[in-house]
Order: sequence, then structure tokens, then C-alpha cells
Amino acid sequence: MLLALSATAIVILVLLWEVLVPHVDEYLDRRRARRARVTNGLDYDPGRERRAEQRARALLKSCVNAEEWAMYRDLGFVRVWGKAGGDGVEYAYLIYPHKPIVAYLPQTGVLLNEYCVEFPDQTRPYGSARLPDSDDVLAKWMALTGDERRLIATANMHLIGRQVDPKQVRRDLWRLAQWERQRLREERREGVA
Amino acid sequence: MKFLRMKPGHGEVLIAEGDPEVETDERELVEAFRRQLDEGLWAAVPIENRTGRRQAHMVKSFDEVPRDAERVIFFPRAAGGAL
Repeated sequence: MLLALSATAIVILVLLWEVLVPHVDEYLDRRRARRARVTNGLDYDPGRERRAEQRARALLKSCVNAEEWAMYRDLGFVRVWGKAGGDGVEYAYLIYPHKPIVAYLPQTGVLLNEYCVEFPDQTRPYGSARLPDSDDVLAKWMALTGDERRLIATANMHLIGRQVDPKQVRRDLWRLAQWERQRLREERREGVA
Repeated sequence: MKFLRMKPGHGEVLIAEGDPEVETDERELVEAFRRQLDEGLWAAVPIENRTGRRQAHMVKSFDEVPRDAERVIFFPRAAGGAL
């Protein structure tokens, strides 16, 4: 009797062991992964990113025109006029942080292309190659106003709609027009006063 | 003249500062400039054009930097984005 009970107990233990081992392994793996993330020191730190963005905004403000800065502050993008066209057709770009540059015709509102370009810092000082938003805008602004042809030649060109939503861009152009009208009205009012 | 470098997770970092009219300072600035370009960065000088509009002047060597420039900004070289 005792022998039969012992044999049954051993069988139960072996079966339990077989069932539990995968779960124990999984738990240990997860625990190891959690610890590894904590110790690499490159975790996303929202405070650090916010401070970086504040510095980047101050630098952007000190470099671009007052109107461009106000545009970025109020609307979240910057318009830069194109210079490469020699036939007199006016065109412009919209610069968004970490999104493709959008080329369009201001007189008709026709969207031309999107130019996908990045400024990856491969030294990855904090684990990421991505510049703060305002630094990305400033890098695009400097490259466009300083050497438009080189930047456009470097970028991957696509028709509108690949990465940016055409509806959103059209809405942004409408917002820009409203914003400019409002600014003009305020300037006139200040001039009269 | 200040050399600033954009850095992820930090914003700009001051990497060199000096007066290009002083010989030792100029040597250090030239050296720092070369180091940044060797690391594959682009360099730009914020300037005002004749009409008073601000724009950037891209420079590939220290000689191209206007002597009266207050800042040279180094930033990672552009690369074509998502295909």
C-alpha cells in the first residue's frame, strides 16, 4: 500500500515538474529582460528630452526669422520659400519636425512632392540617433536656406500621400493663410495706433 | 566665435569658442572645425542677407566661415529618410 502511494506521489511530482518548468523558465527570462533594461542607462527620460527640446527651441528662435519662429510656435511648422526655380514660378516648402518636407505652390495650393530626409546622429549619445524636434526643424531650415539643391538631392522624393496626409497638409495651408491674415490685421492695427 | 553641435537628447553643445583674430584661438577653432567635419557633420552659419532676411550659409571649410560670424552650428549630415 505504502509503496503504491509513494509511486503515485513520484509520478504526480514528475508530471507537475514537466508542466511547471516552462512557466518558471519564462518567468526567469522576463525577470532577466526587465533587469537588463534598467541597467543599460539609456532608457527614455522624459525630463531630459524636455530640457533638450527647450534648448533646441531657444536655438531655433535665435536663428530663424521672427515670422518663421511665430509660425512654428503657433502652427507647429515653418514655411520656407524655394529658391531653385529659375522660371519665376513661386514654390515653397513646409518643414515639420521629424516628417518629410512638403513642397507646394503657394498661389494655387497644389501639393507637389514630399521629401523624406533625416539627420541621424550615429554617435547616439543617449541611445537614440534622433535630434530634438526643434533641432530637426532647424537642421532642415539651415540645409534648405543654405543649400537647397544639396538637401533636395539627398532626400528621397515621393508623391504626396506616402508619409504625410494630404488632407492634413491642406488644412495646415488653410491654417497658415488664416494665421497670416490675422498677423496682417494686428500689424495694421499696431501701425494705426 | 562659438561652435555649437546639435545632439540627440541634449540640444546644442558648445564644442569650441574663441576669437579667430587670435592666432592660438584660430588654430583651435580650425582643429575643432576639421574634427566635426571628419565625423561627418555639416556646418552652417546663421546670417542675414542684404534684405535683412535670416538664412543659413553652409560651409565646408573654416576659410568659408565669415570672420565676424558669432556661431557655427554643426549638425548630422542629411540622409534620405524612409523609403
